[in-house]
Amino acid sequence: MLKKRIIPCLDVKDGRVVKGVNFVELRDAGDPVSVAEAYDKQGADEIIFLDITASHEKRPIILDIVKHTAEKVFMPLTVGGGIQSVDDIRELLSAGADKVSLNSSAIKNPQLITEAANRYGSQCIVVAIDAKKNGSHWDVYINGGRVKTDKEAIIWAKEVEQLGAGEILLTSMDADGTKNGFDLALTDAVCKAVNIPVIASGGAGKIEDFADVFIKTNVDAALAASVFHYGELTIPQVKNFLYQKSIEVRL
Amino acid sequence: MIAIIDYGMGNLRSVQKAFEKAGGDAIITQDASEIKNAKKIVLPGVGAIRPAMEKLRNLNLISVIEETIRNEKPFLGICLGLQLLFEKSVEGGEVKALGILKGNVTRFKSLKVPHMGWNQIAIKNFANPIFKGIENNADVYFCHSYFVEPADSTVSAATTDYGRNYTSAITQKNIFGVQFHPEKSQSVGIKILENFVNL
Repeated sequence: MLKKRIIPCLDVKDGRVVKGVNFVELRDAGDPVSVAEAYDKQGADEIIFLDITASHEKRPIILDIVKHTAEKVFMPLTVGGGIQSVDDIRELLSAGADKVSLNSSAIKNPQLITEAANRYGSQCIVVAIDAKKNGSHWDVYINGGRVKTDKEAIIWAKEVEQLGAGEILLTSMDADGTKNGFDLALTDAVCKAVNIPVIASGGAGKIEDFADVFIKTNVDAALAASVFHYGELTIPQVKNFLYQKSIEVRL
Repeated sequence: MIAIIDYGMGNLRSVQKAFEKAGGDAIITQDASEIKNAKKIVLPGVGAIRPAMEKLRNLNLISVIEETIRNEKPFLGICLGLQLLFEKSVEGGEVKALGILKGNVTRFKSLKVPHMGWNQIAIKNFANPIFKGIENNADVYFCHSYFVEPADSTVSAATTDYGRNYTSAITQKNIFGVQFHPEKSQSVGIKILENFVNL
């Protein structure tokens, strides 16, 4: 059986983990490579680096981090943030990223999804969708949630699948930061609309939230940041809980 | 020395680093003489099969691969590198592949595609050196939309359940192939690579 995945996500700015990570065993809680190693030891199924470095001139920093991570951690690594071109994608993949996550650039230039999928395969092209409820539908936002687009999330999800995306990283802007659980309605709607894997993101606060999203939707993976970073939950705790709930996980 | 064939398809550096972790000495190369001189050959690969075949052809590597296999050097195909060993694939119309093994490459139907994430391998023959020390039903990392269907079922070394049981590893004499990514499968994957290093 294909297992449900638990994925910690690190925000990285200018080469450092934003706000750091609160693990006792870590020597440098701000070093993305050390944090990735710690999550590897915990049994994370994948790891995502979201580069929020503002300047495109500083891209070599994240490439360097990806290189060092790929030398030490032998699990799938996705990198998102600031990717504008097929060249950016090529650089990340050759540094050791397994997948890249496109967000704003996919909206501005949807052909980038197709071009990248044709060249490197759909399996390494993730499209991140930041969605916010607006009446009976969800609007798509870009630029880190600052700019509303004219795209509707469910239609955009279908479109990115058609364009060649291999996975969707779906963040609910309504749930994000609330710790009140994943956005089940949005996650369910997107999972029903597409036939590619979907990662649910935003809202994880307690252990039951992970079981909820896997029981009530057909989502493939759950992403969380702060609950893991601040040690409120560990990955083994979450996985053992899911296992008790008869959800297929890798222990 | 292990030669990892560089034909522009994917995560070569991850494969090299994983071999280092497994105690192997691996170089990334597209040089025919380096490949011929290597003790073992690895054909990795992520991406689409049509450009992969074109690149192997343009780099004149097809005959080199055929020769190393004929000379019975240990050969490991990973993911696309496994699929390339078969006769043809339905990916992007129909693509003729290397045809070293009999059988075809086909696409998952009525399932989420790609088959992405951790899934189990049911090992068919525990005497197979590549699976030494690997538990039956161990979880490994997959990321693919197409899978191989060997004409000779004895070639199948392990199967995985995704909608159906399909062949996720093969062995024939000196040829080994895995559909999953050992270089991304944490300790289980490193152990498989170590087994290949120690052949």
